Amino acid sequence: MEVTYVKAINQALFEEMRRDDNVFVMGEDVAELGGAFKVTDGLLEAFGPDRVIDTPIAESLIVGAGVGAALLGMRPVLEMQFADFISCAFDQIVNMAATLRYRHGGQAACPLVVRAPSGAGVHGALFHSQNPEAWFTRVPGLKVVAPATAYDAKGLLKSAIRDDDPVVYFEHKRLYRSVKEDVPDGDFLTPIGVAEVKHEGRDLSVITYGGALHYSLDAARIAEKEDGLSVEVVDLRTLLPLDRETIVASARKTGKILVVHEDRLTGGIGGEVSAVIAEQAFEYLDGPIMRLAMADTHNPFSPPLEEFVLPDATKILQAIRQLAAY
Amino acid sequence: MEAARKPEALAGFDVLSQGDPDLEYYYWMKLVRAFEERVSRLHRQNKILGGVYSGAGQEAIVAGICAPLKPDDVVFPLHRDLGVFLLRGADPGRLMAQLMGKERGFSRGKDSFLHAGDVEHGVYGSTSMLGSSLPVAVGAALKFQLKREPRIAVAFFGEGTSSRGDVHEAMNFAGVRKLPVLFVCENNRYAYSTPIEKQMAIENVADRAQAYGFRGHVCPGNDLLAVLQLSRAVVSRIRAGEGPALIECKTYRYHGHSEHDPALYRSKEELVAWESRDPIQTYEFYLQKKGYDLAAAREQIDQKVHAIVQQAVDFAEQSPYPAPEEALTDLYATPIVRNPLGGTPVTVVRREEQEGGGNVRKGD
Repeated sequence: MEVTYVKAINQALFEEMRRDDNVFVMGEDVAELGGAFKVTDGLLEAFGPDRVIDTPIAESLIVGAGVGAALLGMRPVLEMQFADFISCAFDQIVNMAATLRYRHGGQAACPLVVRAPSGAGVHGALFHSQNPEAWFTRVPGLKVVAPATAYDAKGLLKSAIRDDDPVVYFEHKRLYRSVKEDVPDGDFLTPIGVAEVKHEGRDLSVITYGGALHYSLDAARIAEKEDGLSVEVVDLRTLLPLDRETIVASARKTGKILVVHEDRLTGGIGGEVSAVIAEQAFEYLDGPIMRLAMADTHNPFSPPLEEFVLPDATKILQAIRQLAAY
Repeated sequence: MEAARKPEALAGFDVLSQGDPDLEYYYWMKLVRAFEERVSRLHRQNKILGGVYSGAGQEAIVAGICAPLKPDDVVFPLHRDLGVFLLRGADPGRLMAQLMGKERGFSRGKDSFLHAGDVEHGVYGSTSMLGSSLPVAVGAALKFQLKREPRIAVAFFGEGTSSRGDVHEAMNFAGVRKLPVLFVCENNRYAYSTPIEKQMAIENVADRAQAYGFRGHVCPGNDLLAVLQLSRAVVSRIRAGEGPALIECKTYRYHGHSEHDPALYRSKEELVAWESRDPIQTYEFYLQKKGYDLAAAREQIDQKVHAIVQQAVDFAEQSPYPAPEEALTDLYATPIVRNPLGGTPVTVVRREEQEGGGNVRKGD
């Protein structure tokens, strides 16, 4: 059945809450309102107020209370209304949840999901557009995922809920209703920690994730049609742990790499991807590893500013052509 | 104090096997004090490294609060609440091994001091970002409420910690949902070196409870009988579904913030005044008044306590240090499917070894 990205997330929540009584949803405006983006729409009616819990505006409490419930066997799915607000819960995620199992010597587990609606291109300006995933991809104990398709949005959320570790789940706001695709009925999982080649190619690899995947696929198709280039597009899907196997295999295959993400350039996951390739596929490279990412600035509001700093299909196509010509 | 004569629900509150709760409390406070003082000594001898935060002088609080708890309640102690581990039934040897960074410690050498809990006994470790464990305790209480379990969560914190935003977020949500959680404030008057006058504009932390819609109680924290009387009543009200409560215990820490800290910011006079209200000596006075042969009771209990502490030290000293690779374990409960994390030695990958061919660039 054809479903939108947002509906796929909603379906995953419905199915997992039906499957396991210990799964519950908690966050700001998630119950009566069904979430600011309607991601949790219908859950209150279906599961009642003990499974769908509105909280005060208190992100640290939301995650911290999720940790406490998770320690005692629950599987909370915690919503940050916007990923930007995750900074208010930073300590609970990186110092409390991520260290819990480690400092308890394996005596305890912390099975929770923090859902974080992220991403630009929706005129959200500085505090409703951020892609803060790289703050978390260097924190051992966490898993970080960022689905780009409706299929993976559903499959990764189901995996995240069943995972016994804290998972930060970045869902891209721009994709909620712009991505619509066939998603099989019934139960399926996208494994955490496994990237996917979304489009096979021979000449060049674009390695990307999240909102930038669709721009990359568009650019790859144009490059094939207009330039006769065979462009591979790899969707990382999970940012921690990084699937180095798939990254290195694609690099060895094509020898030319363009890493694309909507997160800022400096300190973004693209740097780590580049380093992995430089270490493990150096002798296979036919050109410099290139990165295309958001400019190192804040997420600006006015449309010409926002378009200027963000990657899009046109900019990716330009980069593909440059790299192909090297 | 008729209530104090009833047997405690907490397993382990008949260690002396005399069926006498009065002597049990004496024993527990003496054990916590002896353990703490030994820890401080071991720190001076460089046998315990890192930060050591003594709770000496605050024993009546952990004993009085933990006494009415049941084995399936959960407790979130902070850094000065080593006594909570002992009162909940943690193995003293493993606790000492934890402090020494040994393999048999609760975190198997991964984290220092009280950051590891003893999950088997319902004790969860805190982080150093004090106050962050209060939302977690509230989440545990939320679970008990959602699952209709007659259990309670207890969160310890200091007046210093009470300035953190997490404390406000936790208490507010606990009040909104009437969660079964007890907040215990150990007000020892100093946040490291900062006196209470520079921390808050009101007299009592407990006064804030009213703003969250639940009851706050102030009690003399060096008086076991006062703490006990209050904690019994409050714990039973929370267990009956009346919602959260805050107990503030006024007390004083004998040592500095940590063992590195000579605490020169406090006056000798102030320390002496509080030492004269020592919780153990205050309790001894009570026993004497009640007709106990104090000298005999003290001798019997000191003997037992020192034997336990010595055994704990022996156990910890005999425990090996963990293998270095232990540093990379217990990060994840669900194993990573494809690639291990980085940080292990890098090996250079040569194309000829991969393909059996020469080192040829694709474009050459």
